[in-house]
Formats: sequence, C-alpha cells, structure tokens
Amino acid sequence: MKLLVAVKRVIDYNVKPRVKMDGTGVDLANVKMSMNPFDEIAVEEAIRLKEKGVATEIVAVSIGPGKAQETLRTALAMGADRAILVQTDEEVEPLAVAKILAKIAEEEQPQLVVLGKQAIDDDNNATGQMLAALLGWPQGTFASKVEIADSATVTREVDGGLETVKLSLPAVVTTDLRLNEPRYASLPNIMKAKSKPLAVKSPGDFGVDVARRLETLKVTEPAKRQAGIKVGSVDELVERLKGMGIAK
Amino acid sequence: MSVLVLVEHDGSHIKDATFATVTAAAKLGDVNALVVGNNADGVAQAAAKIAGVSKVYVANAPALEHQLAEAVAPVAAKLMEGHDAFLAPATTTGKNIAPRVAALLDVMQVTDILSVEGPDTFTRPIYAGNAIATVKSKDAKKVITVRTTAFERAASEGGSGSVEQVDAGGDPGTSSFVGLEASESERPELTSAKVIVSGGRAFGSSEQFHSLLDPLADKLGAGVGASRAAVDAGYAPNDYQVGQTGKIVAPEVYIAIGISGAIQHLAGMKDSKTIIAINKDEEAPIFQVADIGLVGDLFKIVPELTEKL
Repeated sequence: MKLLVAVKRVIDYNVKPRVKMDGTGVDLANVKMSMNPFDEIAVEEAIRLKEKGVATEIVAVSIGPGKAQETLRTALAMGADRAILVQTDEEVEPLAVAKILAKIAEEEQPQLVVLGKQAIDDDNNATGQMLAALLGWPQGTFASKVEIADSATVTREVDGGLETVKLSLPAVVTTDLRLNEPRYASLPNIMKAKSKPLAVKSPGDFGVDVARRLETLKVTEPAKRQAGIKVGSVDELVERLKGMGIAK
Repeated sequence: MSVLVLVEHDGSHIKDATFATVTAAAKLGDVNALVVGNNADGVAQAAAKIAGVSKVYVANAPALEHQLAEAVAPVAAKLMEGHDAFLAPATTTGKNIAPRVAALLDVMQVTDILSVEGPDTFTRPIYAGNAIATVKSKDAKKVITVRTTAFERAASEGGSGSVEQVDAGGDPGTSSFVGLEASESERPELTSAKVIVSGGRAFGSSEQFHSLLDPLADKLGAGVGASRAAVDAGYAPNDYQVGQTGKIVAPEVYIAIGISGAIQHLAGMKDSKTIIAINKDEEAPIFQVADIGLVGDLFKIVPELTEKL
C-alpha cells in the first residue's frame, strides 16, 4: 500500500512571529523555518504504518518555494522513500494545494493521504478536507488514532470527546497533536536522505491555477490586553470574586 | 445576500456555537439555517425560533445521523445553489464540514472570522493569533467558519422562521460512525461556561491537577481547562485543552493557575472578560494579560481559596 504525506515549510513553532511595520504580513526574513509540526506527526504516522508492514512506500509532497526541499529532505531522513516538490514562490492557498495534491493522488494512486490538520502559519485547517472532497474520498480529520486494515478506523479529537469513524480506502487522514510523537532523524539517515529521489515540478505541470482567491488587505498586531492589578492574599482575591458576583 | 448557516446539534439540542454563527451571518444578509440529521425535525423547530432566522431547511436520513462530512457536504453544497454564503461555527464539526463544502463549490474558505468588515471582507487570526489578517474574498460565493467567541449570541427565542424539508441526498457509503467516547463531566462545557478554572504543568501530576482543581471548580460551578503543557504531560485529557490548538474560550471569568501564559495558550483565552492568574513566578507572561494576579505557591493558594469560597 502506497501512502502520500503532505508537508509544509512554515515558521518554526518556537519563533514568535512579528508583524511587518507596513502591515503587509508577518516578517519571515532571517527567521528559522521548519516542517509544520502537524505534518511531522503525519510523516511519523506514515513511517509507523510502514514499520508495521501496512504501507510499502511513502511519498512526501510539498508545495512551496525551492527551500521546501529542505523540509522534504527532513521527511526523507525520517523515513519517507521519495519526495515531490511542486515549486512556486507564490503563497498557495489550501484550495489550490488540495487541487495539486488531488492530481498527484490520481497519478500515484495511494490508499491513504496523511496531512497535518492545519499549518501553524495561516491556521486554515482546510487542505485535507478539501482534498477529500475533490477526490470524493472519506476523511478522518483531527486523528488521535489510526488503524488500517481493509478500511481505516480513525479516532478523532472532537469538542465533546473522541469520535471513532470507519472509512473505506482510499481515504484522507489529518493528524492531531496526540496521534504520535515524531522521531528525530538520525545522522546516518540524514546522510542517506540526500540520495533519495526528489522530483521537482511546477503547479503548471498539473494544470492547476494557484491564483489567490483571498486578497490580504492588511495584517496587524492583535489588540493587547492591559495588565491589571496584583492582590497580596487569597482573602483579597476572594473579596474580588465576591465583587464580581462569582463567589458568595 | 442570502446566507445559509449550518446548525450544530446533538440530535435534540442546538449547540451554543450556532447562535453566535447566526449573529455573524446576519451581518451579511438574510439568514436561513440548515439542520441535518436523522429525525431532526425537533431541532429544526428550535432553529426556526432563533431570532433572525427566516427559513430552516431540514434534511433527514440515517446517513446524516452523525453529521459525517461525507454525507453532509453534498446536501449543503446543493442548497448553496440558492445562497451566497455558507457559515459554520469553527468547532470541530464546522471545521470538518465547511472546507469540504468549499471544495465542492470551488471556493476558498475564509476561516475562523473575528469580524465582518463588509460583504466580502473579514478579519481572521493567523499565526496562532499573533497577527490579525483582513482578507477580501474574490469568490462569488463565500464559505466561512466563525470564531464564535467573537460574536454575541443570537437569542434562541423570538424568531418565527418556516421549516422546509429538503433532499437528504444519498449515502456516499464511504464512511460510517463507530462510536463516541464522550468526556464524562457534570461540569459546564468549556465553550459555554461562565467561569473556567484552568491548570498548567505546575500541578506536577494528574492526581494533583484533579484533587486541587476539581473542588475549586465545584465551588465556582466552573468548567475545567488545561494548558497544552498540562495535556501533553498527561495531567488532563485533550478536550480540556484551551489554546490555539485546543478550544477557544471567552468566559466571564478565566482563572489560570500554574500556567505561564505561552502565546498559544493566550490565543485561546485572551477574549475572556476577566482573567485571574495565580503563579509563583511573578515574571510569568500570564500576568501581562491578567486583570487580577496573585503571586504564590498554587499548592497553598488553591486549597485556601477553595476553603474560603
């Protein structure tokens, strides 16, 4: 069984994003970039499925700038078998990403596509669902457990608890935080990853128009809350709570 | 503009998030509601009473009982032939379904909106709430998810909408519901609680988290939340998690205990009316957003507070 995993190069999750002074976006110049954390979990899940003997080949895909090759090399070092970069310097929206991934899925015929539930830059949480819709496949979003047999049994993190669904294959799964803890690539595997195949394509190769549907008019800092007062004792805090009508 | 709102429900009751979504929808135009389920006519009747709802479409079928996206999205997409915008709450249900509807309509979704600035212009948080983008949708039809804490709730009574049965579509047959392991709690749900007490990694263990926080929550009639650090450490289940990667909450009073105030946590609770922070580190970032702070050892403060309330 072949698996497709999609990964995105984003600002490192430890870096505090700074809004540009001119309000056009977030300053990414000289900022550490990494694989989207949810996508790391997707790669890890694919590798575990291969280690269990469920999957035979893992193809990692990224849509983004030339430097996204580094992100794909990370996926290869973790354990993916080969990679495809769909190179563009445009900021590609989830709908266009989903369209490109759908074309790749038609070519590659995977039984499962695994993606992070959202990218930590645009926070859309949409690509997986859109891909599933375009392919007419079922979707297991926000997965905290995935079991593959003749079908996929996916446990999903939902507002009221954990929901389990059964999906026919092929299917799309998007990962939530607790699905697994991604491994670090070992040095020998990082070296080995350099010789794994990485194909570079363009959105045009798939006939997908990546023109943006959403125009960003401006990007601003969120309104700041003002720090309030400090109280010196529990008694004072209780008085305050009583004042608010929270405590009797 | 004619707007279709997805009603989130559990088969008998409308979920709170729906009411704020109706308010957001009313800023765009005439609001109709969509109820999907199995035997969901009762919910449809209730939806017709929401202030501002003109018409409720209800689709009933066994395949729709658990509101799985595969079955719901085509029903919504079909109804969108007669509407200009589709709005769903940015809950796990809405986030599961709305992008699927958007792709069927060839529309780029506007995710998690904080405000409606015009018929096609909205604000939304990006980078875990570290930045707010104002975006203009160029799509003819809009598909939008709504940050429900950013909008007032529409009144659940006062409307007199009509109810119309619509085609429930076929069963796509690709997905089925196996089960729901509901979080067992007598406490209010985080997204609708008036008071939330929330604990961080400083509690040190699951036992201490619950033995200290649960009695305090009981005294206050509060919901219990947790930081991602506490969830990752296994002190609390994931559905307790407040933050960008968990639940977005905005209660009257949010009491953060032993939570340092990482940006991703603040993104989930900074719209609370009053924030109270208890932390032993007076430099903790949580104090920069707290209205009332108390510096000290939570293992002493929490029992004392519980006793004195």
